[in-house]
Amino acid sequence: MEIPEELKFTEDHEWVLVEDDIVTVGITDFAQESLGDIVFVELPNVGAKVDAGKAFGVVESVKAVSDVYAPISGQVVEINEELPDAPEVINTSPYEDGWMVKIKVEDLADLDDLMDANAYQEFLENED
Amino acid sequence: MAFTPHTDNDIVQMLKVIGANSIDDLFKEIPAEVRNKKDLKLEAPLSESEVLRELQRLANRNATPETHRSFLGGGTYNHFIPAVVDFLTSRSEFATAYTPYQSEISQGTLQAIFEFQTLICQITGMEAANASMYDGASACAEAALMAARLTRRKKILTSRALHPEYRETLATYCRFLEMELIDLSFNKNGETSLEDLQAHLDDQTAGVILGYPNFFGVIENIAPLAPLVHDQGAKLVVAVQEAASLGLIKAPGALGADIVIGEGQSFGIPPAFGGPHAGFFAVRQKDVRSIPGRLVGETVDQEGKRGYVLTLSTREQHIRREKATSNICSNHGLCALRATVYLSLLGKDGLRTVAVQNHSKAEYAKQQISAVDGFTLPFSAPTFNEFVIEAKEPVEQVMARLESNGILGGIPLQTFYPEMENHFLVCVTEQNSREDIDILVQTLGTSRT
Amino acid sequence: MNEIGTRGLALNEKLIFEHSRTGRRGFSLPELDVPEASLPGELTRDEMDGLPEVSEVEVVRHFTRLSSWNYGVDSGFYPLGSCTMKYNPKVNETAAQKAGLALIHPYTPAALSQGAMEIIYKLEQMLGEISGFPAITVHPAAGAHGELTGMMVIRAFHEKQGNPRRKVLIPDTAHGTNPASAVLCGYEVVSISSDGYLAAEEVAAHMDDEVAALMITNPNTLGLFEKEIVEICAAVHAKGGLVYCDGANMNALLGVCKPADLGIDVMHFNLHKTFSTPHGGGGPGAGPVGVTKELEPFLPHPRIQLKKDHYAWDVNRPDAIGRLRAFHGNFGILVRAYTYIRMLGADGLRRTSEMAVLNANYIRARLEPHYHLPYKQRSLHEVVFSEQNLKGGCHTMDAAKRLIDYGFHPPTVYFPLVVKGAIMIEPTETETRESIDEFCDAMIQIAKESEENPALLKMAPVKTRTRRMDEALAARKPKLRWVKEEKKN
Repeated sequence: MEIPEELKFTEDHEWVLVEDDIVTVGITDFAQESLGDIVFVELPNVGAKVDAGKAFGVVESVKAVSDVYAPISGQVVEINEELPDAPEVINTSPYEDGWMVKIKVEDLADLDDLMDANAYQEFLENED
Repeated sequence: MAFTPHTDNDIVQMLKVIGANSIDDLFKEIPAEVRNKKDLKLEAPLSESEVLRELQRLANRNATPETHRSFLGGGTYNHFIPAVVDFLTSRSEFATAYTPYQSEISQGTLQAIFEFQTLICQITGMEAANASMYDGASACAEAALMAARLTRRKKILTSRALHPEYRETLATYCRFLEMELIDLSFNKNGETSLEDLQAHLDDQTAGVILGYPNFFGVIENIAPLAPLVHDQGAKLVVAVQEAASLGLIKAPGALGADIVIGEGQSFGIPPAFGGPHAGFFAVRQKDVRSIPGRLVGETVDQEGKRGYVLTLSTREQHIRREKATSNICSNHGLCALRATVYLSLLGKDGLRTVAVQNHSKAEYAKQQISAVDGFTLPFSAPTFNEFVIEAKEPVEQVMARLESNGILGGIPLQTFYPEMENHFLVCVTEQNSREDIDILVQTLGTSRT
Repeated sequence: MNEIGTRGLALNEKLIFEHSRTGRRGFSLPELDVPEASLPGELTRDEMDGLPEVSEVEVVRHFTRLSSWNYGVDSGFYPLGSCTMKYNPKVNETAAQKAGLALIHPYTPAALSQGAMEIIYKLEQMLGEISGFPAITVHPAAGAHGELTGMMVIRAFHEKQGNPRRKVLIPDTAHGTNPASAVLCGYEVVSISSDGYLAAEEVAAHMDDEVAALMITNPNTLGLFEKEIVEICAAVHAKGGLVYCDGANMNALLGVCKPADLGIDVMHFNLHKTFSTPHGGGGPGAGPVGVTKELEPFLPHPRIQLKKDHYAWDVNRPDAIGRLRAFHGNFGILVRAYTYIRMLGADGLRRTSEMAVLNANYIRARLEPHYHLPYKQRSLHEVVFSEQNLKGGCHTMDAAKRLIDYGFHPPTVYFPLVVKGAIMIEPTETETRESIDEFCDAMIQIAKESEENPALLKMAPVKTRTRRMDEALAARKPKLRWVKEEKKN
């Protein structure tokens, strides 16, 4: 299971890449593997406001469906336009080509609540 | 007779394997105080021949097109059912299978449903159809809920000329969901009032529901309504209570409908006192993720061979539970299969011929009845195979006169529309000969005393 | 081991549309005996594109071939848990096809439909006697439709009392239809956890004045009788709530105990499960609902009354929730269930449940040494194992597919959700000991294969006409209908 060092993580299995006040969000390798073959992705519109802890999108596999939660509050500045037509990218490349949205963060301090790679690794071990 | 094959010895041996002393022992988790103290009070069991005699006795007490000349329609129709339909749909492999969860041993059901979905798209002019619903009325209610989901609005405008039992079903489904239902009146032609639609249609409207043909048999003029509905961002729902009409009248999909639902009973399904029938539900491809009920999709197996599976299941209750698009868990598969076989047999030529015969015979009956003194046609709009007649005498008297002459002459309308005193709905299908119609007309015209 | 699955000759078959040839016909009608009429041009459709043009024999072969790709109860053992795939007596079909029952129109005047009305009335009486409920409606078309009807009755009752309440409690073992139905009644679903059984204490802890109902399944989806059911009902009633029972598993209780006696207020039946009407590839069934006396006024339209010497429609029911479908219920299904109950009588029904429970416990005893049984309590009509003992990285789905190669329909898999990789087996009462033994032998063999040669499971099924389907492909690019290929220029 891949857990890149440079990312931060939520308990709902989203990853976050921080670049200044823009964060990129996707779901983790663990999440894609638990869901299985992903067949559908629903993303918010560019410009939409998202609230920390609230669902902003949906990923579906053949037999499961999962909300994707915003790790922080802010405004959607870009979405991965490729995903709706090629949702399987989340399975093959969860941390790169499978990114979902970019959010302009309101308050960078919110990011302090997220886990780093080690903490997430530990979190996964305890979840089992 | 119970259908349990075990011999006494089987039971003894099986209990031994289980390690139980008696059958009673198996039920010991059920507290003694709630167990039945007495045997059930039911009539004594019957053998097969006795039970068939009993059912024949009951069957004999019902009037049908085999005992009466019948002109009853109103959402259930007397159409001819080719022998092939009964033969093929009686096959155990279809009838005694369950939901095709295990696709490798359910390809028969799955391909047949895929064909059903295709046929429904073809006759409605739509892009995607589900594997069927319980009936036209419940499909209509589900369509209203889907319109509300798609638009995130709560107001539904419903034509009063839509089948009254569809309207009642819709009202029941909506009553606990904070939906607002508004009735649209019908005009003197028997069509939904355009003025009334314009008065109520606004940017809070989720959907507008019309019967096509409507309950009075009238072929609503949908084309000019669709842009009005769409301009407000609302969905146009077209409800087809008599699917045989689609052999002749314009496809709702070609007229701007967003959701087309209806009753498939006319396609090879016996009336059976009102059920089981088969509701159909068709939408635009872009809305397919909001559709209720099952869907079958085409795919390939491991070896690349074409096959079919239940798909887009994440909309459904067994996965999404309280967030599902509907609580429906089954379809009316065997009834949908009947429709599939029927439509395959008839094809495009047959469906048109049946529709033309229905329309022509109904037109003949309409002219003949309206020529009888004391009977008039209150509505002037074009109709398909049923139409409303107004009598000068009490409708009960008319029906009684017809019944005593072996005729089921129509459906009195005052039960559904209090203002329609002495109005009744007459339906004529390909099953009614000219002689049947002439006898109906003569009997209506026999002097009133 | 006597292996019944073989590779038979299976014929390929195109879609019906792909057989189409212009001008072929499969039907005949009498000559039109009145002048042909036409509609105004703007109302008339053009020729229908794509509808097939095929001969009768092509239609017959087409659907006969399709049928051969299916597996039904009449093909073999079908232990699909929670679905009660019992044998469907053929006499039911003969009865339902009688012209006086199949061809009667729903708007036939009551005086001319006394036979049909008698069947409905008497079936309601019989279901009432079996379940203990004083009032039954046969209106709903299916189990889920019955749930919706029952929950609406509950909501209407609470509204009449002045407060519809907000919440419905549902255990984590429940069918997905339960929460979906509760939501359609405007309720918020509160999931409560159970450990095999639902504890009365757990229910009491969740009860308050805003709980409208508890929805429970008894026996539950693990096949266990809810042994605290009486206390559970009391706890719900103490706060003014009502208890809804999903009657999917009634096949365990016929003549043994009456749900109404347990304190349940509303329950639906599945006539296609308990009362032997065919499942039809997913329907139609019927989902009658039984209620207590205080809830009777809220039952949907229409209701039948027995007057002195005839049956009549009861039209004066101001508190009724309305109707949830057109006409009088799935009458054709009611006729089949009526026929079945009349043939079995009290003794036959009781024997049905006894043998269903015997068969399930026998399977449990034979398979317990080989499969992990997560809940050890005495089960009734079905038994739920987990995938834990499968070796070689094999999962429940692999075992299920391997069963197909052995000639059996797989059990229900991955339900209930509380058991990881659940294998839910419901044999029903109509199986012989021999067919059950053959099934158990195959299950044991499969457990062994998972250890010795797991590829056999992972490749399975290999004897079917088609292999495992690519479900992800179907969902990613949904193709839901056949479309005529454009002619090349």
